Amino acid sequence: MTALDGINLTIRENEFFTLLGPSGCGKTTLLRLIAGFDFPTTGEILLHGEDIAPLPPFKRPVNTVFQSYALFPHMTVAENIGFGLKMLGKPAAEVKARVDEMLELVHMVPMRDRQVSQISGGQQQRVALARALAPKPKVLLLDEPLSALDYKLRKEMQIELKRVQAETGITFIFVTHDQEEALTMSDRIAVMSTGSLRQVGSPWDIYDRPAERFVADFIGETNFLEADVLSVEGDRARVRLASGTEIPATFPDQTTPSGKVTVVIRPEHARIAGPDSASVQSGTVETVVYLGTDTHIHIRLGDGALFMIRQQNARSGHCGITEGDTVGIELSDDVAQILRD
Amino acid sequence: MSAMKTAPENARSRDIKNRWLLSLPALLIIFIAAAGPLLVMLLYSFMAKGDYGDVKFGEFSSEGWFSVFFQRDMFDDTFGLATAHLSIIWRSLQLSFFTTLLTVILGFPTAYFIATRPPSTREIWVFLVTIPFWTNLLIRTFAMQQVIRNEGLLNNALIWLGVISSPLQIMYTDTANLLGMTYVYLPLMVLPLYASIEKLDFRLVEAGYDLYANRFQVLRRIVIPLVMPGIIAGSILVFIPSLGAYVIPRVLGGGKNMMLGNLIEMQFGAGRNWPLGAAMSITLMALVMIALIFYVRNASRSGAGHV
Repeated sequence: MTALDGINLTIRENEFFTLLGPSGCGKTTLLRLIAGFDFPTTGEILLHGEDIAPLPPFKRPVNTVFQSYALFPHMTVAENIGFGLKMLGKPAAEVKARVDEMLELVHMVPMRDRQVSQISGGQQQRVALARALAPKPKVLLLDEPLSALDYKLRKEMQIELKRVQAETGITFIFVTHDQEEALTMSDRIAVMSTGSLRQVGSPWDIYDRPAERFVADFIGETNFLEADVLSVEGDRARVRLASGTEIPATFPDQTTPSGKVTVVIRPEHARIAGPDSASVQSGTVETVVYLGTDTHIHIRLGDGALFMIRQQNARSGHCGITEGDTVGIELSDDVAQILRD
Repeated sequence: MSAMKTAPENARSRDIKNRWLLSLPALLIIFIAAAGPLLVMLLYSFMAKGDYGDVKFGEFSSEGWFSVFFQRDMFDDTFGLATAHLSIIWRSLQLSFFTTLLTVILGFPTAYFIATRPPSTREIWVFLVTIPFWTNLLIRTFAMQQVIRNEGLLNNALIWLGVISSPLQIMYTDTANLLGMTYVYLPLMVLPLYASIEKLDFRLVEAGYDLYANRFQVLRRIVIPLVMPGIIAGSILVFIPSLGAYVIPRVLGGGKNMMLGNLIEMQFGAGRNWPLGAAMSITLMALVMIALIFYVRNASRSGAGHV
């Protein structure tokens, strides 16, 4: 069985890079290959031009923050953080100085001499981060490190991780299945599924310009519309929707769309058309879901497809649209993206 | 006692009385089976020896205890240390120590191997380890004799391989005792070690490798400290029976390489000196306890405390 196939990925220096995908997509396997816990059957892993694939983990300048933290229970917080440096044979004074520096970085100075069993989950997380950063690795691997924390703590740690990455300037490779986490923290994201890379790009690229159905579907909520390509000019194509309206659409690099295609439009990029604005398609309102900050309006289109609009509740009170209304849909400029098939 | 007892207080004291009554059978068994024989031994050790074994009841004597450590000169009344006894005690302690050490060295890789098999095959390995327990100790000891005697399996194999030209004299040496005890007590080390290695979180081993520890450093700084409870348990289980071993030194060590167990047996048998035998038995027990206290203290100081 092949766990990973045809992965060709370049991660830049000092980058916060995220591997995003559902469980079982191979993202953790990829991380374990970089860490050296598993070895690839074929292929190379280059770090600054040197192939590290055959090296055991203790000879790679790469450290890991484990999902389970994997702190050593028979050592104190400080001993945990200093372990890597001690194994590298650094003198005691240097280890101590670096441990103090790391404790400072993750705001854990008062916990220095605690046993790891005596500190909370969030604090253990910080110690795990400090322990992995202490030896100044070239690359820091983070394997879903926030998944065990509660929502509020997770939000806090997201910002904290971003800060630490900026302060240390170390390349972070972060594994998560949480799309929101990926979008918040990353410089670039690689979306994975079933052992291969689906799309690599900035959070903006991944969200607004998904290259294929899996990516569009996995990240956020999306409307899929059938369309015909009429013409392609530069990096824009003109497509005709089922309603007959023609709109411009972007498309993935290295493809030339033609014939029947699927177009995606994010729910927040569409609005209910006003009396004097151009509607691209019309339909019947099926459900109106009030969510506090937003209202979701599900519209059944003429061809039977369901179209969702996310509308921010800019004013208080009811949005004025009720189920059964016939409405038109208006799009913001340049929001349609053609999927690769 | 106050005469003004409230009703619930009364009920409580009745409860306590009942509780004692109910646990009486258990207490009796514990007393008869454990404390009783020890008290008899203690009593016997302070009595004068009978002429044909046994003791003279009611006749107090410290001769038994005296003879454990000292001996009188046959001609004048001066006395010196009982070097024969003391050297046997010393040898027993040494042999037991090395037996424990050898079982740790051999048992650790074995237990580690078993604990790292897939769960379905682990049970088979554990089962295989316990097979020797099905056979009587005496028979296992004689089997060992067949292996190590001059014309035995080991010597024949070594001669055939050209490693040695004439058989090694292993039988009737301390080496024979050591080999025999290591063989017999090894499962007692493997099983508790397996139990604690199986519980080891192997993600910690990965974390160790990730933080630049090589295989040896991971073993020394992560695995061994974390499985220390198993090492302690195994050592206790091996050391105690080693110190009191009787059958193994009797069969493999011969007359010259007695251990404490044989010495004690001799006092109750041919020696016909029951008070001395009783005093030696209690000495043996004291040695075990002292050794254990030292061992557990040292072991827990070296890192087993934080599990």
